[in-house]
Amino acid sequence: MNTAGETEKLQRCVSGALARYAREPGPLLEILHAVQDELGCVPAAAVPLIADGLNISRAEVHGVVSFYHHFRERAPGRYVVQLCRAEACQSMNAHALEEFARGRLRIDLGETTADGRVTLEGVYCLGNCACAPSMMVNGELHGRVTPERIGELAREWGVP
Amino acid sequence: MSTVTLYVPGDASAVSVGADGVARALEAEAAKRGRAVRIVRNGSRGLYWLEPLVEVVTPVGRIAYGPVHANQVPKLVEGGLLDGGPHELRLGDMGAHPWLTSQQRLTGERLGIVDPASVDDYLAHGGYRGLEAALAMAPADIVRAISESGLRGRGGAAFPTGIKWQTVLDQPVARKFIACNADEGDSGTFSDRMLMEGDPFALIEGMTIAGIAVGATQGYIYLRVEYPHAARALLRALKGARERGYLGANLRGSAKDFDIAVRLGAGAYICGEETSMLESLEGRRGEVRVRPPLPAIKGLFGQPTVVNNVVTLATVPVVLARGAPFYKEFGMGRSRGTIPLQLAGNVRRGGLVERAFGVTVKELVHDYGGGSATGRPVRAVQIGGPLGAYLPASEFDTPLDYEALAAKNALLGHGGVVVFDDRVDMARMARYALEFCAVESCGKCTPCRIGSTRGVELVDRIIAGRSNPLRNGAQTADLALLDELCDTMFNGSLCGLGGMTPFPVRSALKHFREDFQRVQ
Repeated sequence: MNTAGETEKLQRCVSGALARYAREPGPLLEILHAVQDELGCVPAAAVPLIADGLNISRAEVHGVVSFYHHFRERAPGRYVVQLCRAEACQSMNAHALEEFARGRLRIDLGETTADGRVTLEGVYCLGNCACAPSMMVNGELHGRVTPERIGELAREWGVP
Repeated sequence: MSTVTLYVPGDASAVSVGADGVARALEAEAAKRGRAVRIVRNGSRGLYWLEPLVEVVTPVGRIAYGPVHANQVPKLVEGGLLDGGPHELRLGDMGAHPWLTSQQRLTGERLGIVDPASVDDYLAHGGYRGLEAALAMAPADIVRAISESGLRGRGGAAFPTGIKWQTVLDQPVARKFIACNADEGDSGTFSDRMLMEGDPFALIEGMTIAGIAVGATQGYIYLRVEYPHAARALLRALKGARERGYLGANLRGSAKDFDIAVRLGAGAYICGEETSMLESLEGRRGEVRVRPPLPAIKGLFGQPTVVNNVVTLATVPVVLARGAPFYKEFGMGRSRGTIPLQLAGNVRRGGLVERAFGVTVKELVHDYGGGSATGRPVRAVQIGGPLGAYLPASEFDTPLDYEALAAKNALLGHGGVVVFDDRVDMARMARYALEFCAVESCGKCTPCRIGSTRGVELVDRIIAGRSNPLRNGAQTADLALLDELCDTMFNGSLCGLGGMTPFPVRSALKHFREDFQRVQ
């Protein structure tokens, strides 16, 4: 976020979100969602703009951004792969799946591949517990996931 | 030939195993044959091992096929699926399926049957009769009906819904709220999701009745961000309800106003705790509030607020439409009515089993579930999510009811039952419970914030010590220390997250002690 174009884009995004939600009661999460949906993250530079717009402190905004697992300060890879780590998936060997994914993508949970293609994350329950193990890729839910399926998808994502 | 109606679930789980592809393939195959089809994206009936489940409307009723893979569709259509023709995947009439006929579907009565996008279909299947009844009643009588039905909060705490509503009704304040807790974060649970995706009007109707009963004009659905499919289904249904005058100002000409907004969470398990959810709805960190004051007195934006779970609110129309005595007939002891149990994890036939309280774990896991998916012996179940206790096979005669489970130091929670086979390492599951608590703790109170992290370290030491025969004495001391830590968390935490993490840990210690001691 340092070129003039990016700064302008950020300002436009934040003021759009403020215009839409600032009058609603308790609007901060709505605004953060709107910013992240558009920019892929809530960049640090957005925090003072949001704080100004809502007349609250930067610390309050930062405190909220950092509290919730969903909000991120840096844009993720093109494909965000969220592996479920909760009990129902564990009972169907999600550990092995996680290990396979880490090996195949050569990254750990919470990391992004060097080419910016894939971000791997752990999540706790996607509500797909009768079709475990589960994962979500860019909001699309996958059930009864096998290492083979992750392998196929990895090829689709263009992972070498 | 006339248009053939097909049902292909748009339920997130069904989609996760290929339902969208099946719908596309059906459309393409029908077009190829010049047959006109209308594909309804219904909810799931909850027999997830049969998903994607396709149903076709024929002169003799709905005929089902499942589980259907997209690449089987050409053969199926060729074999006459559009006319209910024979095929090895043909299941016949789902209404006669033994997995469903043995259930008592009240809250989930319409799941998988109706078109969740259609107000008319909802009305045709008995929808909005509860609201019509409520509009003819005095608020106090609505609350009395809920009290008399014996309905208790299905989110996990099992607090009597009628008492909560009465408290809000009694507040002499103009501005009140209905807040629906749709932050279904417990692993092994998906009944809220199924209802929101498969029968969203039931939730909307329940919230509207709640609003009329206590004098609230605004409702919020706090929905977890992990449920994008449910979000779409709800927004569509809310729009439909508004267009038809079931929401908004002067709804159904009653001179009452009520509307509902959906607010998305942001991936914090703790926001399923009601006070933390209220903080989050107000746009703050989801930190737990100290009670009192209760949310029913000072809740959302400091106003009296009914906070109820999705299942609880979706059950309200049943009580109003059919009467409190009807609902109360189901169940046992102080657990009245039905509970949508969710069978999940390592199980052959997982899904939604709605039954009157009192079904045993054995019936659920073996009769409905058919044992483990892997075919290995079932060693344990965890009931009630990540804060619920583990039960060993020797305790499977326990009936699933609030009091019977409490007597076993276990809990029913939101009704999730996760099955594990004999390869489960219970020391690792205990470690996971503590790790989960550490990740999800809001950090406000010390027993939860620090206790969970110390607990993980302690279990790591115990796990490492299992392979060291020289560590026997130290192992015993560490196990005693872990129990003591559980005691502190149980008694000293502000809310259920820290306070209930000891349930899975202690139950693992009690029933599966060998996993903590074994020398490998």
